[in-house]
Parts: sequence; structure tokens; C-alpha cells
Amino acid sequence: MDLDFTEEQEMLRTSARDFLTTECPKTMVRELEESEKGYSPELWRKMAELGWMGLVIPEKYGGMGMQFFDLIVLLEEMGRNIVPGPFFSTVVLGALPILTAGSEEQKKELLPKIANGEAIVTLALTEPTATYEASGVKLKAVARDDSFVLNGTKLFVENAHIADYIICVARTKKGAKPEDGITLFLVEAGTPGLKCEVVPTIALDKQCEVVLKNVTVPKKTMLGELDKGWPIVARTLEQATIAKCAEMMGGAQATLDMSVNYAKERVQYGRPIGSFQAIQFYLADMWMKVDMGKNILYEAAWMVSEGLPSREKVAMAKGWVNETYKFVTERGVQIHGAIGTTRDHDMGLYFRRAWAADLAFGNTEFQREVVAGYLGL
Amino acid sequence: MDFSFTEEEERFRAEIRAFLQKEITEEFLQSLQDLGELEFSREFTKKLAEKGWLAMAWPKEYGGGGASIMEQFIFNEEIAYYGGPTGAHRQGINLIGPAIIARGTEEQKRRFLPPITRAEVVWCQGFSEPNSGSDLASLQCRAVEDGDDFVITGQKVWTTNAHRADWCHLLARTDPEAPKHRGISYFLIDMKSPGIEVRPLINMLASHDFNEVFFDGVRVPRENMLGEKNQGWYVSQITLAGERSGIAFPAMCRRLLERLVEYVKEAKRNGEPLARDPIVRRKLAEAAVAIEVNRMIAYRVAWMQHNGLLPMVEAPASKLMGSELMKWLSALALEIMGLYGQLQPGSKSAPLRGQIARMHMYSLGMTIAMGTSEIMKNIIAIRGLGLPRA
Repeated sequence: MDLDFTEEQEMLRTSARDFLTTECPKTMVRELEESEKGYSPELWRKMAELGWMGLVIPEKYGGMGMQFFDLIVLLEEMGRNIVPGPFFSTVVLGALPILTAGSEEQKKELLPKIANGEAIVTLALTEPTATYEASGVKLKAVARDDSFVLNGTKLFVENAHIADYIICVARTKKGAKPEDGITLFLVEAGTPGLKCEVVPTIALDKQCEVVLKNVTVPKKTMLGELDKGWPIVARTLEQATIAKCAEMMGGAQATLDMSVNYAKERVQYGRPIGSFQAIQFYLADMWMKVDMGKNILYEAAWMVSEGLPSREKVAMAKGWVNETYKFVTERGVQIHGAIGTTRDHDMGLYFRRAWAADLAFGNTEFQREVVAGYLGL
Repeated sequence: MDFSFTEEEERFRAEIRAFLQKEITEEFLQSLQDLGELEFSREFTKKLAEKGWLAMAWPKEYGGGGASIMEQFIFNEEIAYYGGPTGAHRQGINLIGPAIIARGTEEQKRRFLPPITRAEVVWCQGFSEPNSGSDLASLQCRAVEDGDDFVITGQKVWTTNAHRADWCHLLARTDPEAPKHRGISYFLIDMKSPGIEVRPLINMLASHDFNEVFFDGVRVPRENMLGEKNQGWYVSQITLAGERSGIAFPAMCRRLLERLVEYVKEAKRNGEPLARDPIVRRKLAEAAVAIEVNRMIAYRVAWMQHNGLLPMVEAPASKLMGSELMKWLSALALEIMGLYGQLQPGSKSAPLRGQIARMHMYSLGMTIAMGTSEIMKNIIAIRGLGLPRA
């Protein structure tokens, strides 16, 4: 057992924190929330120069060849700073499934582009059915000659409006189980019949509705095998769920730090409010949940990174982290008092993000049902 | 990071499991229950000693096994999971032994440690007093120097196993003028000494674990003082040196959860197994998550100790979470079982040997003993987060 980070990971953390503190201040985060694109091409380019987009892409495809666990460290820092933009969708929802299931040709074409920041990618999985289960995939793909024709609507698709490639999860056959007959396609932006529109969300995090009307894609855009796409989605969801947990724990830690500092500075009744036991107990509870959340995050992430069966642990981690992030941001606002409820204050920013992240890849009730299954219930 | 155990550690775990599965049978637990001593068995402790597992992480020269903290941790996890009675050795192995190893004289080590490792003595702890609970350093029990002896006069309370113990490790005030932390000394007292009276305190399970202990002019030779005079408070903090991951709580809770899962698969309400009820499913899943989280913080504490780090905040956090979890989970179990949950051992209809209601009553003490939940939070807030004192 070794529960330490490597020196390399510590360096990655420190450099990421330093970089983001200067290059991505909260004023910028707020401006980008209100902007149409929702990201800064300049910041994106700088992140690519640091090698972040290629962190887990093997060197032969132009990446840095690091492990999934290293990505967790970086994502914690990104979550801590609320970095706007398509990093998560491009790397976690794009590069990882391509690495899992892509043909050599697809990898050679796409991964170097992702690594150097040229390609923005996203995954179009969820639909108006609003579930991460296979049963929710209704969008149809029908074979015609050497192509497939896609028809349907995807919803809650991150950054589809700026994506160069959308990995679209489609139903190609009605199987015995909902998991059968699912196929993935790499749809390029600008393909006729493809329409992406940003939907306004609590976190203004540029989730889109993606409508596909007779979108025709060649057979070679298929990612993985025909009708056998669900295991790729399931693997991606495991990676994405724990990756989201890392972002969330970064945000939760930032919230805790801000709240502790504020409690030490804010004076009422002639003393810092942090000397009152009520406030101390809130902060102790927050610290507990965050510290413990990190432990289970790292355990589950280690399992994913090592390729061990991890669905149960990932569901456990997300269940805990969901509740933790919501709890610490809510308590954080309470400790800050009225100022914490304003649009201009960072607490609200984190609070809104906590809810968006809670819902992404399965909220707590969803995760608990997964865990119940593993309990044998 | 690497969350796996070494092959050797895994082998060790398998060996302990095999032993515990053989020893901790339903009949054995029933026999303890019949004696009213679910937690206490000198015979069982003796068997552990014979296996060399009792003081496994102590130095070999004093009868220990020289094992790592990690092995001790694995042992503690397994024994808690299987419900092995630890009452006859817990004080000796976890608290006073490590304090003697850290601060005892060579003579004290040779005299007191080997009998603990051989399961020959039971220790009790004379810390709490009627007016000194969380504010332990305010204790008033007096120790007055008289020639080569100290004379102890005062009262201790909540003294677990005092009625069974051979020895008591006790804090007494040796300098009433000094600031409260600096006038306390630490003594090792033979419970057969004249002037000691033990009176039972019965807990709400109707079981006799606690006692009041009265000391009336009890003479203790100077060589039984642990550490220097007036340094007792600081010696008492050394009890932190034992394995203190708090793994017992999540391990016990894991066992309870597994039993609950079996129960809800069988038990029916309106003709449907409880396991189909979405509320039951989600509550049990919530418990599984909390248990895993608790297990992981315990692993972190053990790993820190194994690597010579002091888990100043992590250990209290683990204790806080584990004790609260046990209370919450046993209450949940009671709720799920409905009317049957209240049945006591002896009822033929009682699910899970009638242990659920007992476990819940028992759990109330766990968020109080060894530092209340509120004290744990104070420690986290002040030591961990650096918040100003009230």
C-alpha cells in the first residue's frame, strides 16, 4: 500500500495550480460563462502547450503517455479553479473512448489532433429520456450502402456547439437487452443535418441539444464494432464518473479553504466567527466529508487506472462526492452570510457547479441503485 | 498510489480469517451472551496470545511479535468483522502497553509488558471522573507523596472492566497549584491494593461493563509511576501510539450490513421481499457507501502510522465517523425490521439473534467514549483547520 502521490504528480499539481491561478482568474470564468462559446481559445492553446490534452494519450500518438491517475490530479486542480471549456469533454469523453475502442487509423488521425489542441471532441450519449442507462438511447442509425443515416435528438451534450467531432451513441438494432444493438459514430462538425444549440443551465456550462436529421456518415466513422458499442460507453462512463469526482473534490476543497479563511477573518461580536463552536462544527463536518471523499476518490480512481473491476467503487465514490460537494457549497454560503448568495461571489459559482456535477453521470439516487445491485439486492 | 496489500499481508489476512471462522461460531457467541459478556472472554484472548497475535506489533524483547502496524491493522479489521471479543485485552494492548513502551522505565517494561502479551492480566483505565469528562485535565483525584509511596484518594467513573481487572492505569493530581495539565501524574495500580472499592454501573442494555471506582488512601509505590511526576497528562497522550485507525467500526458495520441484506431478501411486507422496496435498497446502498468511505479513512490512518506519520486529525475523524455510522446503521436496521426489531435475545422470533436493538443501545456509548463526537470536531477545527479557540 502506498497512499502518497508520486513526485511527478505533486509537480503536476503545483504547476497546474500556479498556471491556472494566473491564467484563469474567476473574473474570466464569469465572463466565459456569459459568452457564446464558453471557452478561451488562448487559454486552450496554452493548455495544449503544457501537454494537458495529451496527458493520457500515448507518446506514439503525440501525447505524454501518463496514467489515468495522473489525469485525476490535473482534474482536481481544474475543478478547484472551475476551468471553463471543453477539456473534460475532449479528453475524458473523447480521447478515452477513442483509446479504448478506436481503430489504429482513427487513433492516428484523431489523437494527435486532440493532444495538440486542434480538435475539440464530445460525447453525445444522453437524450430527452435523461438517463445514463442504455435504455435511454433511442437515436436511430440505419445502414444505407456504405453509410449510416442518423436520426434523433441528444440532450445535455457538453460543448457540442464548439466540437469538431461528436461521438454519437446510436441504436442500430433492437436487441434482447437495451445494451444490445448500440453503435458509436464519430460525427464531424458541419455534417449536413446536424444542429447544435446551447441550452441554458444552472451552471451555464454549455450543455447542448443536438438534433440529427438524416445525418449521413460513412461506415468508417464507426467507433468500435457494430451493435456492440455499449461496453465502450460503460467503460467511458466509469472513467468519466470518477474523473468528474476529481473535479468536484477540487471544487469542494476550494470551497472549504475559502470558508475557513473567511471564518478566520470575519469579525462579529468582537471576535472571528471561526471561534464560535457552531461555525467550527460546520467546518469540521465539511473537512471530514472532503477528506474522506478524496480517499474514496483515489481508491476508485486507482482501480480504474489499474483496469480493475471498478463500477461498484466508482458508484460509491460518486454517491459520496455528490453529497459532499453540495453540502460544502451550501454550508460555505451559510458561513459567508448574505454576500455568499450574490451572483458576484465565488461561493455561488461553486454552488451552481456542484449541482451540475451532481447530475452529471448519475446523481446520488442513481449511484445508490448501482450499489444496491452490487449488494445483491 | 497503490491500494493493494502485499502477498504476505493477504496471506496473513487469510490465516486470521480461517482462525476466526473456526473460533467465532454462533454457539460461542451464544455462550458469551448467556454469560452476559458479549465483549469479554479471557479464554479467547488467551487463544490469541498462543497464536502470537495479541501483541503482534510490540517489540519482540517484551513478548511482542515485532509485526508491522499494517499487520496489526489487518488483524483488527478481521477480528472486528467476525465479532471476536476484545474486552479482555483492549486496554492492555491498545492503551497502556503502548504508553509503557514509549515512556516506561526498562524495569516497568520487563515487569508489565510480558504478562499482557501472555493474556495473564486485564487492565482498566482510571481517567474519567464525575466532574471531569471531556475536560479530563480538570480531574481532581489526588496523589500525595508519602515516603516511597504515593497515596491516592478520589473517585473514577465509567471504568470499563474494573470489576474484572487486575491492574488500573490512572491519572491523579500531584500538584494542585500548577496549571491543570501540568499537575497530573500517571500511575499503575494493583487492583488488589487495600482501599479500592468497585461499584457497578449498569448500562441501558442491563449489562455490567462500567463501574465507579473509589480510592481511599490507596498506596502506590513510586516505581509504579509512569513517566515523570507532573508529566502524566503528556504520557496519557502517548496512548495515541497504538494502532488507532478506528477500523473496528466500519468492519462491524460491514458485517451488520451483510446480515441486513440477507434479512431483507427473506423478510416480506405485503407479500413482497423488503429487498424490492426502493427506499430499503437506497438506504442500504447509502450505508454501503458510508462504510466504504469509513474503511478508506481507516486505511489512510493505518498507512500514515505505518510510515511514521502522526494522524493527528485523521484518527479523530475516523473515530467520529465510525461511531456515528454505527449509531445510524443500527437505527436503520431497527427501522427496517419494524416491530421485530425490538425483540431481545431469547425471543424465538427475534431476527439476527435479537442483536439489533442491543447494538443500537450499545452504539450510543460509542459517540461518547474515548472522546465525544463534539470533542472530535473541536480537534478537527482547531488542530486541523487552525480555527481560533473560543
